[in-house]
Amino acid sequence: MLQVNDLHVTVEGKEILKGLTLTINAGEVHAIMGPNGAGKSTLSAVIAGKDGYEVTQGTVTFEGQDVLEMEIEERAQAGLLLGFQYPVEIPGVKNIYLLKSALNAQRVARGEGEMPAPEFMKLVKEKLGFMKMDASFLQRAVNEGFSGGEKKRNEILQMLVLQPKLAMLDEIDSGLDIDAMKVVADGVNSLRADERAILLVTHYQRLLDYIVPDKVHVLVDGRIVKTGDAELAKELEANGYEGIEEFVA
Amino acid sequence: MSNTQTFLDTLNARSQQRGAEPTWIAARRQAGAARFEAMGFPTRRDEEWKYTDVRAIAQGNFALADNADFSQAQAAALTLPLDAYRLTFVDGVFSTALSDVDALPSSVQVLPLSRALSENHEAVGGPLGRLTGVEFSPFSALNTAFMEEGVVVRIAPGTVVEKPILLQFLSRSGSPVMCHPRILVEAAGRSEATLIEHYTGEADAANFTNVVAELMLDRGAILHHYKLQEAPLGDMHVASIHVEQSRDSRYSSYNLNLGGALVRNDLISDLNGQGAETNFYGLFFGQGRQHVDNHTKVNHNAPLTFSNENYKGILDDRAHGVFNGKVYVKRDSQKIEGFQSNQNLLLSDRAHIDAKPELEIYADDVKCSHGTTTGQLDEEAIYALRTRGIDEATARGLLTLAFAGEVLEKVALDVIAERVELAVAGKLPERFNLAGLVEAAVSLND
Repeated sequence: MLQVNDLHVTVEGKEILKGLTLTINAGEVHAIMGPNGAGKSTLSAVIAGKDGYEVTQGTVTFEGQDVLEMEIEERAQAGLLLGFQYPVEIPGVKNIYLLKSALNAQRVARGEGEMPAPEFMKLVKEKLGFMKMDASFLQRAVNEGFSGGEKKRNEILQMLVLQPKLAMLDEIDSGLDIDAMKVVADGVNSLRADERAILLVTHYQRLLDYIVPDKVHVLVDGRIVKTGDAELAKELEANGYEGIEEFVA
Repeated sequence: MSNTQTFLDTLNARSQQRGAEPTWIAARRQAGAARFEAMGFPTRRDEEWKYTDVRAIAQGNFALADNADFSQAQAAALTLPLDAYRLTFVDGVFSTALSDVDALPSSVQVLPLSRALSENHEAVGGPLGRLTGVEFSPFSALNTAFMEEGVVVRIAPGTVVEKPILLQFLSRSGSPVMCHPRILVEAAGRSEATLIEHYTGEADAANFTNVVAELMLDRGAILHHYKLQEAPLGDMHVASIHVEQSRDSRYSSYNLNLGGALVRNDLISDLNGQGAETNFYGLFFGQGRQHVDNHTKVNHNAPLTFSNENYKGILDDRAHGVFNGKVYVKRDSQKIEGFQSNQNLLLSDRAHIDAKPELEIYADDVKCSHGTTTGQLDEEAIYALRTRGIDEATARGLLTLAFAGEVLEKVALDVIAERVELAVAGKLPERFNLAGLVEAAVSLND
């Protein structure tokens, strides 16, 4: 589904990713772990098309399409969705507008036509219930005045409504208390499906107790230095990244 | 012939046609005419008119309408779908057929000004012109000289008027006409009411409206005042609104401007008693070559008075906006709070705004702030929306609507908030027109 091959990325002249290679297949849940500054967030930002990242070498393909050549919205329309570590507050734009225009943009791009309003409302209310969010939330501005936990829930709600093929979640666990973490994890787990893949970017192993990954990659200094199964995350928890770095050296 | 003379000739012809009037009215009229003749139309050399060129009005040749013919069907298409006490003016002329104030309780008097003047209601003579004299501007002088039509609203103490009082001004297409409506509201102690001025009309109209409103709020009175200006794009529109507020009164203005070729609003509140509060909410949307000028002034004449102002402008194409907001605190008016904000959004390189907030404070124990910003849309927010699959044009449209939404969320009448939101969405350049989305969201709420 997603192939990242020998990806080199510089930010303000400094090389952050130094030849990252990664393959994610449909049905899989991958976790990328690593110390601060390893380039975890850079990877998801480049895939989502954020400004300020220069790809100097390598390729990213999604279902055979060259991701780096696609417009930002085309990536999302193709089913590639990023959940932000720090969701942006958008004063005045109601959540209902965001959800409706995003869903319809995707559907139109796929040639499906817009979803009728009653069907849309039913869908949104069901997903809201799943995320334990009140319906009044739909009339609130996107993330404005939301607590950290509410913002993260909102990111997952968007995933549940938009049903991406590949959901990338950047530090979705940061700032969450244990109850919010469970709700968020339930949301992510409900996305697991044979035709879908999930990429978790995280610093801590704790999230992976709730969302058990098929594969864990350790990212150090711009490269994936080790890949394993869920057990690898537990080792990291016990020994820290230092052990890995020594291992690399 | 000077521009001024054309208007004076029209005035003289009208006076001869009209015949004898009670002395007090004739005297006012004369004073207005004299003042207008002495001042002439303002030019850009006048500080108050520095950014607004009124030659399009001054050089016009506007007749006075002599009838209020307008079909029910035409009016129905333009009217606000509201349960309200309704007075309709067609090119300034009161239409009995299109008005309905029968169900008014006896504690509320709503009288067409034409009737008040012809029946020589003495009670009207006192307050009329007390807040907006002929000295205020050449336009107020002109209005006084021509005054015939308009409305007098008197609300008895303690009366809560359940339905809004809707004054609708319909502008017809055809050869240009002018009107000079006069609105007088006396809200007695602890009364509460909603007044709506709605300006609209036929798309091809090119008329001149010059309205003066005087609103007097006695102790503890509450007045919600909506001015929804959706005049045809060829119309000229000048409005002077003066508000006088006694102790503990509360006035809220919702000044929503979407229409008109040349628009000038003057809005002034005098806070004369402790506890008086005034709220100015404004939104203007200009496109094409529209010119929209809002001048506001809050006079904190007494201690413990409060004002809050939020004006937002959205300008596209070659539209020109003006915002001039003054907050004045009289000597030793302590413990006052005055907040003012003006934000403008320019959607095109050729759109232009002149924004000037002013504070004038002669007391030391006050909380005041003001600020004005002009900018483009938040690129980070546009990125965030695009990562959800929303194309850039729609993202820009959503953020523009959101910008307007910060004023519209203060609008308690849903019919008006939704209408303006739809109008803004529909007026956005076609590349990010969101009318369909807004309509869908509105229907979801039902």
